[in-house]
This record gives sequence, C-alpha cells and structure tokens, in this order.
Amino acid sequence: MTIQWIACAVLLSLLSGGVGLGASYYRALLRWACFPLLGLSGLATVIAGFLALLGDPVSTQLPLGLPWLSWSIYVDALAGFFLILIGVVVFAVAVFGPGYTREFQHGRHSLAALCVPTGLFVAGMQLVVIANDAFMFMIAWELMSLSSYFLVAYQHEQAANRRAAFLYLLMAHIGGIAILLSYGVLAAFSDGFSFELLRAAELPTLWASIAFALAFFGFGMKAGLVPLHAWLPEAHPVAPSHISALMSGVMLKVAVYGFIRVVFDLIGQMQVDWGVIVLLTGSASALLGVLYAMQQTDIKRLLAYSSIENIGVIFMALGFAMIFLAAGYPKLGTLGLIAALYHALNHALFKGLLFLSAGAIIQQTHQQSLEHMGGLLKRLPYTGTFFLIGCLSIATLPPFNGFASEWLILQTALQGVVLENGLLRIVIPVTAAVLALTTALAAMLFVRLYGISFLGQPRTRQARQAHLPSFGMRSAQGMLAALCILLGILPAVAIKIMGAIPQTLRGLPAPEITGQGWLWLTPASAASASYSAPLVLLGLALVWWLSYFLLHGRKHQQVQRVPAWDCGFGPLSARMQYTATAFAMPIRRIFKPVWLIDEKIERSGDEQGFHTSGLRHQLQVSDRSWKWLYLPIGRWVLRSARLVSRLQSGNVRTYLSYSFFTLLFLLWLIS
Amino acid sequence: MADLLNLQGWLLVLLQTVLFVLMAPLLTGWLRLLKAWLQNRSAPSLSQPYRNLLKLMKKEVLVAQTTTPLFRIAPYVVFATTVLTAAIIPLLTVHLPTAAIADVIVLVGFLALGRFFLALASMDAGTAFGGMGSSREMTIASLAEPAMLMAIFTITMTAQSTNISQAIDFLLGQGLVLRPSFMFALLALMLVAVAETGRVPVDNPTTHLELTMVHEAMILEYSGRHLALMEWAAQLKLMVYGVLISNIFFPWGLALDNTPHNLLLSFISLIGKLMVLSVVLALAETVLAKMRLFRVPNYLNLAFLFALLGMLSHVILEAGA
Amino acid sequence: MNFAQLGLQEQGVILLAALILLSSFAMLAQSRILACIHAFAWQGVLVAAATAMIALVANQPHLYLSAILTFSLKALLIPWVLHRIVIKLEIAHEVETVVNPALVILAAAALVAFSYYIAMPVEKLSTLATRNTIAISLAVVLIGMLIMVTRRQAITQVVGFMSIENGLFYTAVVATHGMPMVVELGVAFDLLVATVIFGVFFFQIRASIDSLDVDRLSRLVETSEIDEMTVEEE
Repeated sequence: MTIQWIACAVLLSLLSGGVGLGASYYRALLRWACFPLLGLSGLATVIAGFLALLGDPVSTQLPLGLPWLSWSIYVDALAGFFLILIGVVVFAVAVFGPGYTREFQHGRHSLAALCVPTGLFVAGMQLVVIANDAFMFMIAWELMSLSSYFLVAYQHEQAANRRAAFLYLLMAHIGGIAILLSYGVLAAFSDGFSFELLRAAELPTLWASIAFALAFFGFGMKAGLVPLHAWLPEAHPVAPSHISALMSGVMLKVAVYGFIRVVFDLIGQMQVDWGVIVLLTGSASALLGVLYAMQQTDIKRLLAYSSIENIGVIFMALGFAMIFLAAGYPKLGTLGLIAALYHALNHALFKGLLFLSAGAIIQQTHQQSLEHMGGLLKRLPYTGTFFLIGCLSIATLPPFNGFASEWLILQTALQGVVLENGLLRIVIPVTAAVLALTTALAAMLFVRLYGISFLGQPRTRQARQAHLPSFGMRSAQGMLAALCILLGILPAVAIKIMGAIPQTLRGLPAPEITGQGWLWLTPASAASASYSAPLVLLGLALVWWLSYFLLHGRKHQQVQRVPAWDCGFGPLSARMQYTATAFAMPIRRIFKPVWLIDEKIERSGDEQGFHTSGLRHQLQVSDRSWKWLYLPIGRWVLRSARLVSRLQSGNVRTYLSYSFFTLLFLLWLIS
Repeated sequence: MADLLNLQGWLLVLLQTVLFVLMAPLLTGWLRLLKAWLQNRSAPSLSQPYRNLLKLMKKEVLVAQTTTPLFRIAPYVVFATTVLTAAIIPLLTVHLPTAAIADVIVLVGFLALGRFFLALASMDAGTAFGGMGSSREMTIASLAEPAMLMAIFTITMTAQSTNISQAIDFLLGQGLVLRPSFMFALLALMLVAVAETGRVPVDNPTTHLELTMVHEAMILEYSGRHLALMEWAAQLKLMVYGVLISNIFFPWGLALDNTPHNLLLSFISLIGKLMVLSVVLALAETVLAKMRLFRVPNYLNLAFLFALLGMLSHVILEAGA
Repeated sequence: MNFAQLGLQEQGVILLAALILLSSFAMLAQSRILACIHAFAWQGVLVAAATAMIALVANQPHLYLSAILTFSLKALLIPWVLHRIVIKLEIAHEVETVVNPALVILAAAALVAFSYYIAMPVEKLSTLATRNTIAISLAVVLIGMLIMVTRRQAITQVVGFMSIENGLFYTAVVATHGMPMVVELGVAFDLLVATVIFGVFFFQIRASIDSLDVDRLSRLVETSEIDEMTVEEE
C-alpha cells in the first residue's frame, strides 16, 4: 500500500511540473492544473507517511538507474515521519499558491519557470526521503538543489537576486560533494552502495569520524548551521514566498533527515566527541541566528535567520541524543531524538505559516521592509490572527507546539546529571542556558516582528490600503495555524504516533514519554517531570472566563475610543512610533561584538550645536562570517586559481613539452 | 497521576489560589509601609491597594483609537497566566495536583506568555512610549531568563525533579543542609526576581517620568478595569516570586499532610517568611538607586554568574568525585 | 545524596570553599582599586576560617596556628599596607578599564571548569574529607593569574599575585592538611617583605613615569636621548 501511495505522490508532483511546461501559453493551467496536482501529491505523501509510520518498513527496487545498480526504495518510520512533514507543507503551499501567483500571471516572468521547477523540487525531496542507496540519494539531492536554484533565481532581473542564487547553487554543491565523499568513505568498507550494505560495514574509529565529519559538513551546510549558513539569508528572501515556505519549512528538514539517516543509522557507531561537536555547533547557530534576526528589517530575511536559529535548536537536541547514546544511555538518546524530530515538525508548520503570511503581506502591501508596515491587523484580520498564532508558537509559549518541543529538549538536557564525565555535566547545563537565552531572544524578536508590522499605526500609504488576500491564501494559513494549536494541545498523541521511529534506527528503545496516557508528557519518570498541555489550556480558559465573567463591565459601561496619550503636544503621527531598528537597539548595544556594525550620524545645523535642522542616521548591520570566513576563502581560491592558470601559458611549445614529459613518465612506469 | 482525582487536593488548590490573589495587594501595601517607615514618611494604610483596585474597577474604560481587539484581550491573558502560576507554587501545603500538570519550566513559560501579550498590547497604541516600554522589558527579560533557568537547573539537579511539589518534598526530607549551590542559586533568583517584577534598582514602580519607565510605560494607555487587572497581575507576580523563593529555599513550615493544624502553622510561617523577604526588599529599594538601562545587563550578568557558580559548586563540590 | 549525609561542619568547609571562589570572582570583577583590596582582605578572612574549620574537622591542631597567621597577615596586615600605599599615591579614585568584564568573567568560569577537569584524577586518589575542594583551590590560583593578566594598574597586579599565594596556601591545606610550619613561616615572611619592596617600587615607578599603568612600562628604549624625550612627553 505504502509503495503505491508514494509512487502516486511522486508521479503527481512530476506531472504537476510537466504540465507546467505549457503554463506559459495557457495561463489558467497554473491555477487549475499545476497547484491542484501539487496539492494532491501533498495529500498522497501524507497518507503514505502515516502508513509507513504506523506499519512495518517496506522496500522495493525500481527499474531505473544503472544496469548493475538499480535504485531501491526503503520507507520506514523515519522516512514516513518526514513524508508527513513534506506532505502537509506542500498541501498548504498548493492551497496558497493560486491566490499568491495571481500577480505573476501578468508579469514578465515565464510561468513555466515557476511551475516546472516547483514540481521537480517537491519530487526531489520526496525521493531523497525514500532513497535506499547512495546513488539514488545523490540524484534526488541534486534534483532538489537544482530545481530550487531555478526557483530562487525566478526574479532574475536584479543582480542581487542572481548573486544570491549563484551563492545558493555554489554552497549546495559544495555540501553535495561532502555528502558524496561521506558515502564514499562508507562504501569503501562495504561491498556496494545500497544502504543495507553500508549499514553492515564495519568502520575503524578514525574513518567513522571522517565519515561523520563529512556528513556533518555537507548536511549542516544544507541545513544552514553557522558558519556554513551564508546562503540562507540571501536565498530565502529572494525566492517567491510560497517557495521560501517550502525551502525553509521542508528542505532544511530534509537535510536533518539526511544527517539522522547517515549518523544514527548508517555509520553504526557513536562517539561522545561527535555529540559534543554537534551540540556546540547547534548552540552557536541558535544564538547567532536569533541575534542576527534581531537586526533585520526585511521580513523574509528575518524569518530566514530565525530558521537558522531553529535548526540550531534541532541540532542541539540531536547533540544531546548522540552524547547519551555514546555514553550508554539509549533511553535518553531516544528522548533526545524524539525531541529533535518533534521540533523539526513544529518548525516546518510554524515557519511555513509565517512565510505564507509574509507572502500575503508582501502581496497586499508590496513592501518587504518592516519599517514600511504597521497597523495591518485592522486591514488583514485573518492573516493577522494566524500570524499571531505562528509568532506565539515560534516564541515557544505555552500551550502551543513550540513550547512542547522546547520543554522536551530542556528535560533531555536536565537528564545530563546521570553522565559520569564531569566536564560534560558542566557543558550540558551551560548549553541549556544558551537555549534559554535563545528562546527569550526569540520571544523578543517576534514581539518586534508582530508589533511593528501588525500593530500600531500604518507607516506608509500601501500599509494603510492593504486589502484582504484571497480565500485560498487565508485557508492555507488557517490550516497550518490549526495544526500548530493541535500539536501544542496534544503532544502526547503525536509522540505516541512517532514511537516507532527509534526502533527502526539500529534498534533504539521505544520512547517512554507517553507512559501515562494521552494527557501527559513524562520524559523520565512520572514523579520527576510531567506536563499536561490539554489541562494547561483548560486552566487558562477557566481562569480567563472566570475573570472575564466576574470583572467584565456591566452593560451601561461602554468602552470609549479616544486618541492616544500625546503629552498634550498634539496628534501623534505614524513616524513617532518605535521603528524596528529602534526596538532592537538595546540588544545591538549589549551584544555589539556579534555583528559588523557601521553606523553614521550626520547632523546638519549650526556649528555650536544649538539649532539642529536635520539629522541623518545610517545603519548597516552585516554578518561577520563574511569577513572572517567567506571572503578570505574566496580570496584564497582566486589566488590559487591564478597560480594554477600559469599552466596555461598559451605557448605551443609548453603544451608540447607537457605531452612529452607525460609520455616519458608513462614509459618509465611501464618498464 | 492518581492524585489528580483527589478532591481535597483540588480544594486546596482553589483555596491557595484565592489566598494568593487576595493577599497580593496586602503584600504590596506592606512593602509601601516599610519603605515609608525607612524614609521617615507617614505611610498609607494597608488596605490602600485594595481601595485603589476597587476604584479602578468602577471607573470608565478609555481605549485609544489606534488599538485593536488585542489591547482589550491582553489584560485578561496577563492576569490569567499570573493566576495560573499562583496555582502551581505550593503556598500552604506541599502536595498539589497542579504541580504535576505544570512544572517549573512551564511556570517560566506562563510568565513569558503574559509578558508577550503585555509587550504586544503596549505596541498596539502606536505611541513612542509603548514601543520603548516593550523594547526595554523584553531586553531585560531575555537577559534574566538564562540566569533564572540556570538557577532552576541547579536546584533540580539536587532535587532530581522539575515538579515543584516533588522538589520541595525531597528538600524537606533532607533537613538542614548547607549547600553552596543553593546559596548561589538563592542570590541569583533574588536578583532575577527584582528584575522581573520591576523593582528598584532595575525599574522604579512609582516613577512619573516616562523616560525612566519600563513596566509603567507598557500600561500607560490602560484605564479602568483593564488597568486594575494589570496592576493586580503585577502585585501577584511579586508575591509569586516571593513565595517561590521562600518555599524552595526555606521550605520548613509547609504542611506535608492537610490537617487544619498544620495548615495554620504553615500559614503563620508563610507570613513570617514573606515579612523577612519584604524587609530585605524594602531595604534594598531604599538604599540602592535605580540603575540606568545599560547598566542592567551588568546586573543580570552578575545574576547569571551567581547561577553559574551555583551549578559549578554543585557539580564540583556536592555531587561527589 | 552523599552531600546531605556529611556532618554540618564538613558542609561548612565546602560552603567556605564556594565563598572563597566567590571572593576570587569579586576581585576579578571590581574596577576600583580599593574595592579590589577589600575583596582580597575578605578572601584572607575566608581562607583563615576555612583553615580553622578543617583543623576542627580533621583534628589537626597545627592548622589553628596557620589560620591565625593567615588571618593576621593576609586579612589585616597586607591589605592595610596596600591601602596605605594607595592613599599615599593618591590613586584611590582611579577607575581602570578592565578588558570587557563579561568576557573576563566567562574566562574565569571556564578556568574553574578546566581546573575541575585537571583535578579529577587527584580527587579520585585522595582519601581526605576535603578532596572535593582541590579543584576550587586550583581555580583560585588560576584566577589570580588571570587577574594579573587582565589588569593594567600595578597595585591590582600585586593583589592578583597575593591571591595566587592565597590559593596555593589553600591548596596545601585541603590537599595535604598543611605545609610544615617552617615552610609556612618562611613563605609568610617572604610575602611581607615583598609587600614592603613593592611599596617602595611603586613610588619609584610613579616618580619616573608619573603613572602606575604597567602598559606604559613596555616602552623599552635604547638610547638615553629618546629616554629623555619620552619623559618630557609625559
């Protein structure tokens, strides 16, 4: 059954891409064929995912590929989980798409260039998750990367967009080479390339570490871990918003899937050092991601850096899991793994929601900068409410889904007391404190985002005149928001469904998190920690209703609407509000060494400073990793290329002498 | 989870929550009394905060034109989350059914939820003061949270549970133990409590100058019953932190079984503990001056340092080689 | 829990160890010279109290003498001498800029973790009741050295040096229950002499370069003409 549904899903997405070839000529094809097919593909993926998660693993061979190495598919619980993740977000994007791409239909970009790569992109992600040999995995990975390159480069008239797309393609391929090399190391110790053979390989410790390092580098670059993240904040804002939702919500998770598959499943051994490296890199990504996001004024760049933060949190949980597994505590390793996977699912949902809402805002106001929005809650009430739910979820506030996964991750960290290594017992609470700092900064970030864009007074004419987006766009957001709430209220049910995943990975024990029933999350034991999300929601609702009932005004007390307090100086204008840059100023000052800040203040007026006629403030906040890592590497590459290019002297005699010396060398070898 | 159906437990939760909510203004009144005595002024009576709240309830509500329905919902959310934290922390008796529903990390989450809505509501009016208040409050909160979590970690590493009832039960069973980690965690939590409840030296709750406000700037636009709810929630938050600190670090006096005799003793010891804590707070507020905003990170770094030292003391000194 | 089963006095020993570490951090974080000297005085008091407590717990009466010696020297005499020097040099109100306090504190915390890592094998072998505190004493020594590295004023560098000696003495007490009395008296006398000599030196340095900023001492000049020129600049 599972195989049929999966095949159906992949074929549907390929068909959606294929139909898109004609979309340039028949505009209606986009709305009536491409997106519906994509939506059906999403639904089929979800069904296949549930079947795989709740049933037994299935595998089969496809008649494609090389003659001696045909492609094989393996769909186990882990693959099923990620299929559900992919399917849900794809379905939401497909519902969102027709309304959103309406403006592209009369634009100068070719619609085929939007449709075809989207279908191929989704097909690529589906194939990566079900691949059972290294060859098919890499082909699907390439398909995913290349098609998303075309999507990122969709609006290619601006040079900045082309640069961003090029950077994305470059880093995707560097990562791909690392992953390929990692498979190569594994295959060197086994008989073939299929995952069963790779799993059976016995690796010496040094080579296992090399394979791990290569896999971590490759998958980490694709997932966007600091310092390999430079492509993420460039590429995600440039793509159309529904594609950004797919990239940020789904593609990054496919990289997480690849990491889990290689490190937890294929390599077959686990070392504590690996776990510590993953944990520290995750912590750095989380903290730096949220700090960089704090200073952005472009809404999509802000969300892209926030994705870096959440990927950092997922890798922190994976790091905890690896440390516990290597130290001989498989139950706690399972706990960490489940927490990481749950956070991955939650992030796909709320980041997808946030990007789709951002797309709705951008479509209606034609503004991407936070400083040009404001007061949108009155103009876009549905988008505003769903965006608020997304912000509450990503700020990890109870009783939403972000809080449930963060609670599990903190409980995993708390179990670190069982370890014997004293240094680890110090490092783990410190990283938990970094996680707490990150989530608190994330709450501030989303207060800033929501408050500046949706609340207050509109700062531009476009913000004042925004209209409601289409029904499809609103229902897609509503669907994802409802899922966020549902997963927040019933985390135990979700985790119980995920229970089969650890057992298919090298026989890890089943999680005991839901031992007390559907109401409770009890990670370690019922006495030491428990959380009941439904009862918390009930409590909140009860107290709220009681206080409203007891304290709400009587009928004769009307609420009067008056102008806001202006200290008696006259009406407040929209320019007197806090800007996004101003909101983030205390953080900019406190954490100054983190960014490269270029701030200029020019005062025009008289010399002594008594009368100021004008004040000009210019602020540029940029990423330090460019100056410290990427530019030096770029310079070194160019320098070595220049050195190597001396081989091409253009002189015929030099080239003949190359052939001559090679011939002499080969003759000597033969003798 | 069996004690979830215990009716007596739930009655105690209800009693405790009502006590918390009703006693919070009294604690604020007592603090004002102490500060007045220290500053050689005559003090308002102890029932003045109650009279203020009642007066505000009866007044009419004026809402700014630029605001959205979020502005009117926020006071109820803030009040509800603070009342829920009051329902989790043992006040008179150790074993509460609500402690199994929400542990200490969820408590921090509740406070964060209230703060989120408060900050959003302050930005809703579209004034400069609202943005300023919410920017400052979120900055202070984001720096205070790692210190608080590290202190909580230190305590849970010893008590081996994040369930507050179980933790206090464990600590009561151990008797008087001089733990350096607890000493440091107490210092850290006291510093964090002052920052989170907006007292001097982080924020002055009685200031009239808008540019020096943090919490007051966020509730500047509120009036009538909404303002009453916000102020009550702030007073409740102060009491919540006070009870948390006194009952975790000095749990002697809490009733382990629910006989009326023990409950009465527990109430008396609670009053005593809160009085001592309020004397300490009143002294600190009188002797120290309010810091400027960019010295608050140094203050919170000190809190984090204490919490870090507490964790290090626990791992190095207390947990054996 | 093992800790709860220790007697109240052993718990007191461990509590004092934590307070000694706190006083090290206090010295590190203070930017005013007098506050630094006061923190050093408190460290002396705490080390003396810890020594007396260990004398009580481990039944080693000669440690009482060491405690009295430490108290009179480290908590009373040397801080008083340094205090007088500071007043005479009139630098009591100078505030020095410590290199980014947050980073220094984090470095000190990392040093504590590092000294725990180093001391773990020693702690496993030791049979004394105070073995847990060896890591703390090592950390005090390392933090003393960190104080010397991160400070610019010569007086606070001397305080850091004295703090190293405090840490070494404390290490001796907790690791081996004290040093032979002769050695201890010799070390104490050396310290006293060192303080007096430091005092004399500070007046000389101040007279020649008109400040006690050690960074200015780094201008090593070759010829005497350039020497006179730089003295004129200042």
